[in-house]
Amino acid sequence: MDCERILSEVPVAMSDLARLEAQILADIAAASDEAMLEAVRVAALGKKGSISALLSTLGKMSPDERKTQGAAINLAKDKVTQALAERREVLKSAALDARLASETVDVTLPLRDAPTETGRIHPLSQVWDELTAIFADMGFSVAEGPDIETDDYNFTKLNFPEGHPAREMHDTFFFNPKEDGTRMLLRTHTSPVQVRTMLSQKPPIRVICPGRTYRIDSDATHTPQFHQVEGLVIDKGSHLGHLKWILHEFCKAFFEVDHINMRFRPSFFPFTEPSLEVDIQCRRDKGEIRFGEGEDWLEILGCGMVHPNVLRACGIDPDTYQGFAWGMGIDRIAMLKYGMHDLRQLFESDVRWLSHYGFRPLDIPTLAGGLSS
Amino acid sequence: MKFTLSWLKEHLDTDESVEKLADKLTMIGLEVESIEDKARQLAPFTIARVISAEQHPNADRLRVCMVDTGNGAAPVQVVCGAPNARAGLISVFSPPGTYIPGKDITLGVGTIRGVESRGMLCSEAELKISENHDGIMELPADAPVGTAYASWAGIGDPVFEINLTPNRQDCTGVHGIARDLAAADMGKFKDPGIKQIRGEFPCPVSVKVEDASLCPGFALRLVRGVRNGPSPKWLQKRLTSIGLRPINALVDITNFMTYDRARPLHVFDAAKVKGDLVVRRGREGETLLALDGRTYTLDSSMCVIADEQGVESLAGIMGGEASGCSEQTTDVLIESALWNEINIAQTGRKLGINSDARYRFERGIDPAFMVPGLEMATKLVMDICGGTPSDNVVVGKSFGDDRIIEFPLTEVKRLAGVEVGFPEMKRILGHLGFMVAGSGPAVKVAIPSWRSDVHGKADIVEEIVRIVGVDQVPMTPFERGEAPRKPVLKPMQLRTRRAKRALAARGMVETVTWSFISRPQAELFGGGKAELALANPIASDLSDMRPSLLPGLIAAAQANSDRGFADVALFEVGQVFRGDRPEDQFTSAAGVRHGFATQAGLGRNWTGSAGANAFDAKADAFAVLAAAGAPMQALQVVPGGAAWLHPGRSGSIQIGPQNVLGHFGELHPRALEKLGADGPIVGFEVILDRIPEAKARPTRAKPALELSPLQPVTRDFAFIVDRTVKAGDILRAAQSVDRKLVTAITVFDVYEGKGIEDGKKSVAIAVTIQPREKTMTDQEIDAVAAKIVAEVNKKTGGVLR
Repeated sequence: MDCERILSEVPVAMSDLARLEAQILADIAAASDEAMLEAVRVAALGKKGSISALLSTLGKMSPDERKTQGAAINLAKDKVTQALAERREVLKSAALDARLASETVDVTLPLRDAPTETGRIHPLSQVWDELTAIFADMGFSVAEGPDIETDDYNFTKLNFPEGHPAREMHDTFFFNPKEDGTRMLLRTHTSPVQVRTMLSQKPPIRVICPGRTYRIDSDATHTPQFHQVEGLVIDKGSHLGHLKWILHEFCKAFFEVDHINMRFRPSFFPFTEPSLEVDIQCRRDKGEIRFGEGEDWLEILGCGMVHPNVLRACGIDPDTYQGFAWGMGIDRIAMLKYGMHDLRQLFESDVRWLSHYGFRPLDIPTLAGGLSS
Repeated sequence: MKFTLSWLKEHLDTDESVEKLADKLTMIGLEVESIEDKARQLAPFTIARVISAEQHPNADRLRVCMVDTGNGAAPVQVVCGAPNARAGLISVFSPPGTYIPGKDITLGVGTIRGVESRGMLCSEAELKISENHDGIMELPADAPVGTAYASWAGIGDPVFEINLTPNRQDCTGVHGIARDLAAADMGKFKDPGIKQIRGEFPCPVSVKVEDASLCPGFALRLVRGVRNGPSPKWLQKRLTSIGLRPINALVDITNFMTYDRARPLHVFDAAKVKGDLVVRRGREGETLLALDGRTYTLDSSMCVIADEQGVESLAGIMGGEASGCSEQTTDVLIESALWNEINIAQTGRKLGINSDARYRFERGIDPAFMVPGLEMATKLVMDICGGTPSDNVVVGKSFGDDRIIEFPLTEVKRLAGVEVGFPEMKRILGHLGFMVAGSGPAVKVAIPSWRSDVHGKADIVEEIVRIVGVDQVPMTPFERGEAPRKPVLKPMQLRTRRAKRALAARGMVETVTWSFISRPQAELFGGGKAELALANPIASDLSDMRPSLLPGLIAAAQANSDRGFADVALFEVGQVFRGDRPEDQFTSAAGVRHGFATQAGLGRNWTGSAGANAFDAKADAFAVLAAAGAPMQALQVVPGGAAWLHPGRSGSIQIGPQNVLGHFGELHPRALEKLGADGPIVGFEVILDRIPEAKARPTRAKPALELSPLQPVTRDFAFIVDRTVKAGDILRAAQSVDRKLVTAITVFDVYEGKGIEDGKKSVAIAVTIQPREKTMTDQEIDAVAAKIVAEVNKKTGGVLR
């Protein structure tokens, strides 16, 4: 009240206003937290604040006096207001810094490996997808069939004469005979899928038949189950020259080399005539195999023109239609490409082996992105 | 099939090198598996004479030898450990730089206990020509010092081994191989005719063939007054060069005919044969002591040659000991016959006999050579053993009639894609023994009697192409043409592929386990049907087709645990079997988690170290189903359902009770015990075939998206319910209140314990209400909330906490 009275009675000297302003600015600078700053604001700009009080004296002044005094007081008010805002920012920022300084985590704590980094696709699945990508590009579709087959589809329709020694080349797993004397078997190759395809589909035919196959064999290079991919083309003009070209293109694409020499040797399979075995050029170097170079030959597949008897058995006229087929071991070509040395490891589920030779789930083989890059 | 270069040259006039011949053999379909060229391998090993052998100054067991290596060279000092190293001994020497095959080392100049040694005196084992390593070789005194040992010893003849395909019976004899090589321009085929030898008396033994289907032909002759004994050196050498053991001249002649002419024969000691011979089926229980010293029990499926005493020979497979030829044999019966291939193969397999005769007969013998073969053998017997031949006895009708096929010359181009001129075709076929008549466009081709593998046009094409060379067939681009680009994978193949990637992306490792498991394991997982049991399993624990992937995965997890890797998450996508028909085979996706292998990662971690539980397995199952395109909204989860899972911590995933897609949960401790696995293990298995196929849509465009301008509201509810109430029932009750407004419900807390009555639990859910037409008032929202509370109470007895 005293203050109000004095101010109303005594014209304010400029020096007093300057002193007041200086005092308030000093108080603002001295405020060490937002609560103190607020107290300074109230004392200066609040309803009963010192600057507010000065402003209220303006009404009693003469117009001239009001002009000069008003401008001076308002200038002081603006200065104080700005100083308050600036100080508030500084204090807020300092308070945040202080809070953050207390909120530390130990960033050296290790992360868990992402599931997409620890999960693995088996090399056989990966190679299966690679094969599909390559042959899909050449216009082949993928056919599959049952593992448990009849003698008719696995042998007879494929031109294996009953009792012929060629049947012995396939050490077959049999099931117990049924009451009618027939017995089922585990397919020794995926050729029954070719038979099923020819019986159910009219030429032209272009399919690959990947799948699991079985033979009674167990040593370092044989397992009782293994995997094959066969290919079949039936139309009106496909011949050995086409077969050679397809296999050559396949080998280049699969082994991801620009050139590869191949050797086609006459051989024998009951279901093809002529029959060929195919070797590819390679170089063995300190346990590693390089393809497309070197002096060694490595057998990778068998093939030939589909035997007229097979076509006939599948209801296709061999004088109108012709075609070729090939077959190779998926396990074998996977091992060759990726340098796996022991076939048995493929089926032993050892996580150390699988983590090393397996593929990351998002490494999906595509021709666009490169099969194995 | 083995033969030597010199043997080949008996049938082929050639100067080609071993390498060239081997390469050509491979390229015409007679794949050379190995060549053993001792003359080359052992070239550095020469005959040498030990001049002196003195005691080594620093070693009791060593001698210092001076060796004369011949050819006027200065004596060489060699330190030798052999006890028989002595002055005057003629032995075998190898200089430094020689590869020693028996030791797999390359010799260097060495200093042994202070004495220099510049080479080595060798044992037979070191040359790898025998197992004998008792001292260095001792050669006769007249062995020529300085010459190559191998050629002096007669072991220098290169041995070829061919991996013969089962169709080429004619190449089970050297003669046939030479014919093929001659056709391929490797020399001139030597094929002198075989002279008939006139019998000087009637054969006293007659032959009766009871079943001509088993024996289409039989020829027999007696040679009287032979002197059997060791066969001449040339014959012994032929046999030993390919690893056969000479026995006596008569037996050696039959073995020679087998390998030289692919014509197995049998010789009986006529003195031991009683009465006439009969070719008949075996009688049940009859036995034969065969030439391999073993006794075989016969049955009526087998074909035998018998006399009055009983079975004397197992037809086409092996002769009997009782009537075999010995050094005392003076009268010999020579048999040259034809047998039914299938019957020979079956009998051989049944009795487990792999004889050279069986190998040839089951591939089919040249029928036209039955009698000439007998003549040739008779001549050899008379030349080597003397004696007087009888007339031939021949049973059977005709042998090796011409088979003629019509061959359009365009077939070669049509099937093989290569142009071959007619003169070239004719030349090749002629060399191979085919007769060609006519000049096209179709010719008549007569197939030689020894090529029972050739039946039709495609076979003729093969004959021409393999001799021309498959490398001459030009690679011809095979374009995909105008065919529409359709997906190459069928829906199931796509599911399989996505299931694998989805599981691997969850940190699981893909395995490929055996399709067969043990019978008890199969039974444990709902299998064990008789029709799925193998008649000839490879091992008793791989006897039945798997009804589930889980037993294999559990075994795999346990094997890894045993190796010290207990925290494993494994999966497999593969076939399972419920019966033996194609439609009983399904594609299953299954996985197991063992130890600290949760969805979050492997092993213990500072972020949390719980072991894998049923919800990890449930999440795996749902991830696979989602990836494989299952209608996730339609899936129902019901407790339990699989006997091999923990009854309280497992569930089944189904679309209605008729279509159970799979199971998940903790493995039943009893199942684990039977599998020999340490729990806890959690797992899942879903049958990908059971996922309903999505309806085909005519457009690839996605359905139009409706974005509501109205904000959704979320209300939380905590219900106290009996412990046994299923969360799913609470959710279903809440959802049923208004299927349009209630768009999502989550369970954000489940609590039992302090503050909640025993036997009860609190389940807290958050319900999202999406206003449809206008913003809802608080009263309207409260009304929906009240309905939810009432409905949950009605269905589950739950009350708000």
